[in-house]
Formats: sequence, structure tokens, C-alpha cells
Amino acid sequence: MMNTWMPRRIATTLAVLLAAALGGCASNAGGSGATSGTVTSEADPATITVFAAASLTEAFDELAAQFEVEHPSVEVVLDFGGSGTLAQQIAEGAPVDVFASAAEPPMQSVVDAGLAVDPAVFATNTLELVVPAGNPAAVTGLDDLANSSLRVALCDVSVPCGAASEQLLRQQGVTAAPDTLESDVKAVLTKVSLGEVDAALVYRTDVRSAGGSVEGIEVPDAASVVSRYPIAALTDAAEPATAAAFVAFVAGAEGRTVLDRFGFGAP
Amino acid sequence: MARTTAHAPGRLAWPVAVLAIAGLAVLVLPIIALIVRAPWADLPELLVRESVIAALVLSFGTAIMATAVCLVLGVPLAALLARATGWPTLPRRLLRAAVTVPLVLPPVVGGIALLLLLGRRGLVGSALEQWFGLTIPFTTGAVVIAQVFVSLPFLVFAVEGALRSADRRTELAAATLGASRWQVFRHVTLPLVAPGVAAGAVLCFTRALGEFGATITFAGSLPGVTRTLPIASYLAMQTDPAEAVALALLLLAVSIGVLLGLRDRWLPGVRG
Repeated sequence: MMNTWMPRRIATTLAVLLAAALGGCASNAGGSGATSGTVTSEADPATITVFAAASLTEAFDELAAQFEVEHPSVEVVLDFGGSGTLAQQIAEGAPVDVFASAAEPPMQSVVDAGLAVDPAVFATNTLELVVPAGNPAAVTGLDDLANSSLRVALCDVSVPCGAASEQLLRQQGVTAAPDTLESDVKAVLTKVSLGEVDAALVYRTDVRSAGGSVEGIEVPDAASVVSRYPIAALTDAAEPATAAAFVAFVAGAEGRTVLDRFGFGAP
Repeated sequence: MARTTAHAPGRLAWPVAVLAIAGLAVLVLPIIALIVRAPWADLPELLVRESVIAALVLSFGTAIMATAVCLVLGVPLAALLARATGWPTLPRRLLRAAVTVPLVLPPVVGGIALLLLLGRRGLVGSALEQWFGLTIPFTTGAVVIAQVFVSLPFLVFAVEGALRSADRRTELAAATLGASRWQVFRHVTLPLVAPGVAAGAVLCFTRALGEFGATITFAGSLPGVTRTLPIASYLAMQTDPAEAVALALLLLAVSIGVLLGLRDRWLPGVRG
């Protein structure tokens, strides 16, 4: 059936792309084979892969860029997602050098699997109410999340921002009426910036990095639920020296400056 | 001469056979891994969980509705596409491309596009909300719309294939005997392509059942309302991989069951 509608030219293009991709794989494998087991030096290009929580997206883009400036031979490859998904992928053998989680349980699962030791908390975060620019539904506080006539998005409780949201709502005695429970905090933020929901709970750092399409509303007592972000180099890292250097950089003074700028608290 | 005639005519050259087996392995090994690593012992307990049942019921209900919508809209669209062979090149290709796009588009992109059309600030959605107080995202209807968007091409191409290979002389005969265009379509064309329609509906249903990207982007994820099996499976992977695998297994079982029930002759060109 496929042949009747798929032009032959597309099939040819796909075949060429596939061949190119396979060729790329082969040359990459040769490259890392040549460098493995040696300490990274300036002349020896190294690539490290960093898995980081979705809420770290903007801060880690900046941190990786700075790290690459300081270490011109190093390339940092970033992958962002829900911390639980990332931890799961690491446990299944994803080739990762550094993991930065938005909460301690996902990191703990990686440690329990023997894939990381001594994670260090390098940043903290708190929640904030977020509404579309102009606050069309005139949201004023956490209580509005219980209003079923408003469109409300929250993180699913299976991801760190959802667990933190649930804890905060319970502490404040609010029974939220969400219209959707999203798989990570950036998905929640997108629904707000598109104006599809009237209010949501996200990290205050997300509000800051979202720019003018959203507005943050501070929640009194938000500081009572603090999300702690641990980071660790993985024991199976292909580039252990570079991975350790990146972790030290993020947790160090330079990392702190960047994290401060994006609104992350100190541990 | 003697050597060439010694080949069994249906036998593949060995490089072709090796690559064919490798290709099959790519398709089958992940499924085997899923089956092997499934938490079989806990399965009875996992499958009766409230969250699993809710997702299963929602998935079945929405996929059936999506298939119904696809049948109503897709069969006429297939008829148009089959008829378009007589059109000039450009509109014919544009029409074909328009039907093909959802097949090659990442479903998430489809979800974003639906949001920009039917969302509260969307091209059509803003008017719907203003005039009728109707919002579509985050409703079960949105799930069905997302499923229709991604699965309609499957039905259209299956029916179009059947229409092209159908014997047109019967239609001509009916028309000559005084049947109106509608009567010809209803009493001659449709029965003629019924196997193609059935095959298309089955493919459409299984694709709708597996829909994830467009749904989570456009409809969101709320248990019992928009959280279908694939979304429930994805979210469970964050905290409870055993439940995620159980859900995946359930989807797999339904899909394989449906495809096995599909008889070969319903799929033109797939006959072994």
C-alpha cells in the first residue's frame, strides 16, 4: 500500500539520509575509541552528555556555553526532560556523563542502581503561580486553582514539580481542579504562554525565563516547599575527568553566578 | 545455462535474505524485549488498577469515535482523491500532499497546529469561545480530534487503493441503467470497496489507539478525561516502570489482536 502513494524520490532520499547517518555513527565510534582511556587534554576533543531536568533548560544552556568557552576542546551535549524519565533512561543504559535532577528521588534511583555516587545539591527552587500575560482570568492566589470554571494546568504528581505542587496545595488546604496534568514543567508553561490555561503552578525560575508571555504571582508560604536539585557525574561516564570538571563548574562560584541570574536559590 | 536453471525461482540472493532478517529483527526484537521483561506475576494486579481501567476505557471509546468520524469523512475524501487522477498536476499533487502530511508530520507538531487552530486563542477556537462559550482543548472531544487528524490518512489511502483497483465497468453499467450518482456510490461503489474500507478502518483504529504526541499537546492529560493508554504509560514510566510496561503490553495485545483479525485479502498489495 505504501508504494502507491510514497513517491520513489522520497524513498531514495530516506535511503541516502540513512546511509549518511550510519556513516556518521561509524566515524563517531572511531573517534571515541581513539580517545577513551586517555585523560582529556586541550588537543583531544571530548564530548560529554548531560541529562538535566526540564526546569534547568535555560540555565544549563548558559552554563554549557560558558564551560565550552573555558574548555575549547570540550563539547557539551544537553538533553532535557522530566527527571524521572531521564533517570529511567540512565538506568536503561543511556550513555550519559552527568545527571542533574529537579528532585532527590530520581537521583536516588540512579544512585541505588550503582550508576552514581555522592550527588551534591547545587540549587534550590520554589513554586510560583503563573498566568498568561495580562492575567485574563484575574487570578489572585492559590485558591483560584480550586475554581473549576478556570482552566488550570499542573505538573503530574509523578514528576518533581507535580510532587512539589501537591505538597504546597495540601499545606495550604487547596483542592485544585486541574484540567490537565502535564508530563513536565515546560509543558505546563507552554500551555500558559499560549493562553490555553488561566493559571498554573510552575517553578519561579520558569516564570523568569519565560519572558513577557506570562506573569508570575508570588504565593505566600511558597518557600515552605523547597525543591532541591542534585547533580552527579555518572560512574560509567565515557569522559570521567570532563564530567567531574563540569559538575565542579556547575556547583562552583561561576555556576552559582549563572544559577543566581536564572533565579535558582543556593543549597 | 544449467547453473542458472538450478536456482529455485522464488529463492532470495543471500545478501537480500540476510538484510531482510536484520530488518525483521529491528522490528521484532523490541517487542520481544517488552514481552520478556513484562512483570507477568504482577500483571493481574496492575491491569485492574483504577488508573489503568480508566485509561483503557477512554482509549477504546475515543478510538472508536475517531474511527467513526474517519469513516464518514475519509471515504468521500478517498473518492475525491481517486477521482483526482484526471486533474491538472499541481492541484492533484497538492491534494495528495495535504492528505499525506499528517502521516509524515511528527504528531507533536500536529498537536501544536491543532492548538493554534482550535485553542482558545486559535484561528477558529477564539471565535468558538466568544460565540458559543465552547473551549475544545483539555476535553475528550479534543482527544478524538487529535486521533482523527493522525489516523484519517490511513483510512483514506486504504480506501483510495481499493477504489483504484475496483472495476469501474460496474459503476458505468449502473449509471447506464439510470442510477443517480448517489445511488451508484451507495449501492455499487461502496460494496465494491468494502474490504478496503474495513482494512482502512482497522488501521485507523489502531493508529488512533496508539496516538500520543498530538493528544498530549492538544488535549492534555487528565485521568478519565484525556489521559489515554499511551499517555498513562509514558507518565507511569517516570515513577512506576512496571505499570508502564503493563500498559504498553495491553496496547500491544490490542493492536496485534486487531491486526491478526484483519484478513490478508483486505489489504491490497499486502497479500503474501
